[in-house]
Amino acid sequence: MTWEYAPAPESRAIANLKPGYRMFVDGEFVDGTGEPLKSVNPATEEVLAEVSTASAADVDKAVKAAHRAYDKTWGRMPGAERAKYIFRIARMIAERARELAVLESLDNGKPIRESRDTDVPTAAAHFFYHAGWADKLEYAGYGPDPRPLGVAGQVIPWNFPLLMAAWKIAPALACGNTVVLKPAETTPLTALVLAEIIQQAELPPGVVNIIPGAGDVGAELVNHPGVNKVAFTGSTEVGKVIQASLAGTGKKLTLELGGKAANIVFDDAPLDQAVEGIVNGIFFNQGHVCCAGSRLLVQESIAEELLDRLRARVSTLRLGDPLDKNTDIGAINSREQLTKITELVAAGEQEGAQRWTSPCPLPDKGFYFAPTVFAGVTQSMRIAREEIFGPVLSVLTFRTPEEALAKANNTPYGLSAGVWTEKGSRILWLADKLRAGVVWANTFNRFDPTAPFGGYQESGFGREGGRAGLEAYLDV
Amino acid sequence: MSDRVPVSKTYKLYLGGAFPRSESGRTYPVSDAKGRFLANAAQGSRKDLRDAVVAARGAFGGWSGATAYNRGQVIYRVAELLEGRREQFAAEVAAGEGVPSRRAESLVDTAVDRLVWYAGWTDKIAAVLGGANPVAGPYFSFSVPEPTGVVGVLAPQRSSLLGLVSVLAPVLAVGATAVVVTSQDRPLPAITLSEVLATSDVPGGVVNLLTGHTAELAPWLAAHADVNALDLTGAPAELRADLERAAAGTVKRVLRAPSTEPDWQERPDIRRLRPLLETKTVWHPMGV
Repeated sequence: MTWEYAPAPESRAIANLKPGYRMFVDGEFVDGTGEPLKSVNPATEEVLAEVSTASAADVDKAVKAAHRAYDKTWGRMPGAERAKYIFRIARMIAERARELAVLESLDNGKPIRESRDTDVPTAAAHFFYHAGWADKLEYAGYGPDPRPLGVAGQVIPWNFPLLMAAWKIAPALACGNTVVLKPAETTPLTALVLAEIIQQAELPPGVVNIIPGAGDVGAELVNHPGVNKVAFTGSTEVGKVIQASLAGTGKKLTLELGGKAANIVFDDAPLDQAVEGIVNGIFFNQGHVCCAGSRLLVQESIAEELLDRLRARVSTLRLGDPLDKNTDIGAINSREQLTKITELVAAGEQEGAQRWTSPCPLPDKGFYFAPTVFAGVTQSMRIAREEIFGPVLSVLTFRTPEEALAKANNTPYGLSAGVWTEKGSRILWLADKLRAGVVWANTFNRFDPTAPFGGYQESGFGREGGRAGLEAYLDV
Repeated sequence: MSDRVPVSKTYKLYLGGAFPRSESGRTYPVSDAKGRFLANAAQGSRKDLRDAVVAARGAFGGWSGATAYNRGQVIYRVAELLEGRREQFAAEVAAGEGVPSRRAESLVDTAVDRLVWYAGWTDKIAAVLGGANPVAGPYFSFSVPEPTGVVGVLAPQRSSLLGLVSVLAPVLAVGATAVVVTSQDRPLPAITLSEVLATSDVPGGVVNLLTGHTAELAPWLAAHADVNALDLTGAPAELRADLERAAAGTVKRVLRAPSTEPDWQERPDIRRLRPLLETKTVWHPMGV
């Protein structure tokens, strides 16, 4: 007999959803003078809230507020005092964890299991970790008295809205900088609740400013002459535009961009574990992950067996309501992203790869894409080269470790990679040779504030997390 | 005074471990500080530069894969051979930079010491910049610095030997490979340095030195898709923003240049090593 899942929905009321959200500048929630945007629940296409956005004049106000705060309070404050403010933020995120998780799933479409177990706790952990650095920077290896840079202009993506805000704000504050952060156009809500937390934690006005808006607001922010440091997470395409636009300005820049990670499975790998790792690698967060294991490289001798097991496992993934605690795959974040995924999948079929898509039912409303696995993929195909940023896996095969390495490195990206084998020396050989900033061996998609994260090559430069991550926010 | 006519040297490029002329067949005259003719230098072309990038990419696997101990010894060997040619370099530096011979000797000495300083970094930088990450879970996680790849270097325009060594030695120390555009008007010590490199166990292609017109070569270097990092130290001021913009096309790491050339006799630090290194983080589960 088949055991059906009973619905296990998380309560939507916990999100404390408000009809309107305002931007946060100089310690106050204020109306932006940009065109307000409507944040949509991608699981249902309903409008969640109206959010005010920043005009060019608002960006200027926010940067000036951040400068005042840097000059008058935050830049002069002893590290031990800064630390206590940042610890407060960490604690208050944990206190409001359930609310933030539900709101994140509503606004982003990711399963509540992920926002609850990954996004929100890791965001709190980032603040907690970096708080401790604030009064210990002289031990970080950048000299006896490393200085902050000033005002950090930060632009973050929609795939981990709260977590990316934490990755950006926590190290900036710990190093003594002040912040103007622009959340993504489609997912501004949790960053504005974070602003509320920052207000309740009584950070001095202007230390953190959060200004929603679209790409034009981001461009205005990174090009503002009052910004001393720019940090961007998003597509390689936009990263290149930002790097070019900052040429000659002397602003310090860090970029965390796209990826096309190889996940390499050898014939001696524990197959059941590998299948779980492959599924986690590509279907975590609907594949909206820059370090997703989107190219599966499997040793030819086990390819057939692995693919059978993989398809069987993927067939059991439950797609649907992001607020249901049993949901594995939530909604695609926007119609635009769904169109992009659909287009690349069509290209994969046209170029001759064999498509298999999970027979799971799709909800009538909302943006959904069923988990899809392409077999018979060759390196020249678009689905092997371009970042799909969706629940689509491209499977290639190899015979020797050297071939696996060559194929894995055959990309202009270099963010992450995975290796599955029981042979320790082979793991270390590949970990050494793979041109990627993170290598997960017999695991995938692990994140921790103590572990530096960031890319090689066109996946960007600079690191987030760990001692190495502090460099991005210090004048060293 | 002997009547003997000295044998003068033909200055060529240093590319892939060999000393070719420019494929373009071009040369340009190099003068001393008083304007007297010294030699004709090869005027490297875009094609020479692209060949140099191919050579540097080809040498990257071997050099980055060499043990840190081995790289340290090779760089130390460069210092030994430079010391052995101290007088020749002092004479070239004195002629090209127009400094008194005692000052030129001091510059050569500092260049030798600089190489020794970086030779000692090869097997220490990973311990200083890397380490274990105490992650909150049953995993062993560690981070190690790794060389970024092929580094395009626009060498300092004024300091023809010490400046060059100061920007090149860190590239060698981290295990990266270099395509260097030398000082345009003072290129001769660079080519003599390449003779030292060629005889000191630095594998061919690890360092490639191009003489020529900086403004002609720099844009191709900045835009080349197989170059991972760009050092703008010797870039003409009016070109710097354009070069940074070109470098953005493939997300290169850019070492921006101070507006005035630094005093190369100041004590070095690891600021020149850090931007040439990537941090790689590795995770593995722990369990029985």
